[in-house]
Amino acid sequence: LTGAAVDFNYSNEQVALRETLQRFISRDYDFERRRELARSPLGFSAEAWSRYAELGFLSLPFPEECGGLGGNSVDTMLVMEMVGRGLLLEPYLSSIVLGGGLLRDSGSDSIKRQMLPRIAAGECKMALACYEAAGRYDLSQVACTAARSGDGWRLSGRKTVVLDAPSADYFLVSARSGGNLRDEHGISVFLIGRETAGLTLFAYPTQSGGRAADVRLADVTLAPGALIGAAGEGLGLLERAVDKGIAALCAEAVGIIAALNEATLNYLKTRKQFGVPIGKFQALQHRMADMLIAAEQSRSMAIFAAVYADSEDARERRRAVSGAKAYVGQAARLVGQQAVQMHGAMGVVDELIVSHYFKRLTMIDLTLGDVDFQLGRFSRLL
Amino acid sequence: VDLKYTSEEEAFRAGVRAFIEAELPADIRAKMGLGKRLQKDDLTRWQKILHAHGWGAVMWPARFGGTGWNVVQQHIFEEERADIGAPPQNAFSLKMLAPVLMTFANPAQQDYFLPRILAGEDWWCQGYSEPGAGSDLASLRTGAVRQGDHYLVNGQKTWNTLGQYADWIFCLVRTSSEGRPQQGISFLLIDMKSPGITLRPITMLDGEHEINEIWFDNVQVPVQNLVGDENKGWTDAKFLLTHERTNNAGIGSCTRALKKLKQIAARETANGRPLLEETRFRDRIAQVELELMALEITNLRVLSATADESRALGPEVSVLKIKGSEIQQTIAELQMQALGPDALPYLREALEMDWVADPSFAEHYRPYAPPLTGQYFNMRKTTIYAGSTEIQKNIISQLILGL
Repeated sequence: LTGAAVDFNYSNEQVALRETLQRFISRDYDFERRRELARSPLGFSAEAWSRYAELGFLSLPFPEECGGLGGNSVDTMLVMEMVGRGLLLEPYLSSIVLGGGLLRDSGSDSIKRQMLPRIAAGECKMALACYEAAGRYDLSQVACTAARSGDGWRLSGRKTVVLDAPSADYFLVSARSGGNLRDEHGISVFLIGRETAGLTLFAYPTQSGGRAADVRLADVTLAPGALIGAAGEGLGLLERAVDKGIAALCAEAVGIIAALNEATLNYLKTRKQFGVPIGKFQALQHRMADMLIAAEQSRSMAIFAAVYADSEDARERRRAVSGAKAYVGQAARLVGQQAVQMHGAMGVVDELIVSHYFKRLTMIDLTLGDVDFQLGRFSRLL
Repeated sequence: VDLKYTSEEEAFRAGVRAFIEAELPADIRAKMGLGKRLQKDDLTRWQKILHAHGWGAVMWPARFGGTGWNVVQQHIFEEERADIGAPPQNAFSLKMLAPVLMTFANPAQQDYFLPRILAGEDWWCQGYSEPGAGSDLASLRTGAVRQGDHYLVNGQKTWNTLGQYADWIFCLVRTSSEGRPQQGISFLLIDMKSPGITLRPITMLDGEHEINEIWFDNVQVPVQNLVGDENKGWTDAKFLLTHERTNNAGIGSCTRALKKLKQIAARETANGRPLLEETRFRDRIAQVELELMALEITNLRVLSATADESRALGPEVSVLKIKGSEIQQTIAELQMQALGPDALPYLREALEMDWVADPSFAEHYRPYAPPLTGQYFNMRKTTIYAGSTEIQKNIISQLILGL
């Protein structure tokens, strides 16, 4: 961190925020409850979502004039760390960080006034539909078309693995209004209501307990006001929103890493074999030490990502979030795999939280760009 | 040194291949190819087909009804089996219990049990681990008390694989609490239909039912089901584990999985090109291929050395087990990673043969995709079961290095 004096202290409000979430998780969101929710049709708790709204988590990153608390990405980091620790299934990333964040940063004043208060109140949930088949993590691979239709637009195409789509009330969808398949220019972003004619979902659960869908758009007709930002210049908006999402995922991973390390340390101290706690074996002690180092280094990178996620300098922002996700992804792989390994067979059963943490870490790596993708993006900016 | 197969061996390979190609039922082959769930019937059907051809046990000596093949022939069979996509045979019966029976059981036990294994009539599972006895297996507590012509067995086994299919279970039980923990253990064969046995499924992290807990509540076991001498079962147990670990090298399966990984990477795209052309990903494939090439030769070296010296397999199998399990895990991880965001959907029903993808989904979601993430999760077990990597390294440290 350069420039101003380094300060790693959280404000009283931030500390209170974290403690509130911690209390909520221990009282109302234990592992058994979470398992039930993951199996329920909705896949998360509507009650919890209302509770987050009451507690101000949903309004946290939005400007005060839109009913928000004016928080930044460091505040989001604190929430997401707890989302990780509690393995919370509610669509915080999709609705607040990605969807709400994109509207906050790039929506017109009227859209913001119309949408953000409802998002902050938990009345309206968002999903970001920005990836397509065979596009992997490339936001510029957009085959979905947006053609002018009267004074509005007509969209056709498919978006794949849209996180939290089944519960979303609105979608932010990237479509091509000009240029060729992988051109950076010619991409536009549209706000589309769930009930819009021509929009259909194929929904499924995800490997870490959430929900997602493939979204099909068949001649979806939109009013001019559905366009977010300037026509053809949508890539920048998407990248900015996704970069903040990446910082948030780093924080979620850090929350899980910390929780897994605690669980593993506890197991090393209590599980006895050969007459002693297995934590007495030096081979396991050293591995646990490596996991502690990985946790500390990851936390540093998550802070780095959160601080620079809000940077107006796109290059600086990209470097920070991609570097952090590449780093945290590798640390998460180490911690996840070794936490399972040191739990022995207890690590590979569904009835213990360890395997659920491990699966979520694995899916975080594959969301919004994996280690290879982010390392490549960081390398190009060396 | 000669790493080329002789013309006789190549002819043998062609014969093996022709047979499997011709006789492997198409439905089983399709399930294997797409990573679908296999049922007990699929596995026993294949065992019976092999048995009818005299190939029910390619690793057994001829005097017990095996093929009597040498290690190179066995290796060739395993390579061809895996490459074509025939299911592996029940290792618990054929590769773990059978060597114990051949070495330690009495003729009556051999005559009864071995032919039934060969013919696919009995499915065997393993009763080794207990909640308090995992890596420290010798601390096991399931007790067997002699009462006239039978033992009364009480206790609990866990991490039992596919016990829901089993007709029989081979168990380590405590028959004495005197002396060192290893000294009071006996090796007992128990009919799964015996009154007093309860099996509880344990769901694994991939959502599948593969393992179980098993309770024994006053289960009566005839004394003639004791293998070897009472209180000397630890010898049989260790002998069996050595065999188990050799099988865990899984070279044939790794070779097939690696081939599949390359096919997946050639079909998936990144930056508008096949993922296989992305250096960062391609090098990871190259790295695991090198590990596998080395292991294949190490495996043959170990097997030929033991054959040449006419001795039993020793602690060197720990090297094979560690490397083989890690390679399986790495390949499974790369297969999942190759999918990118398509690794996220969890489609349990897609593991059944009759699953038809929703058309809008099928356009982008490849038929090979649904099982891959679960397979990665599932493969974490390989460095834990059959003696964890940590235990294998202890064996290397103590028995090979003398530390």
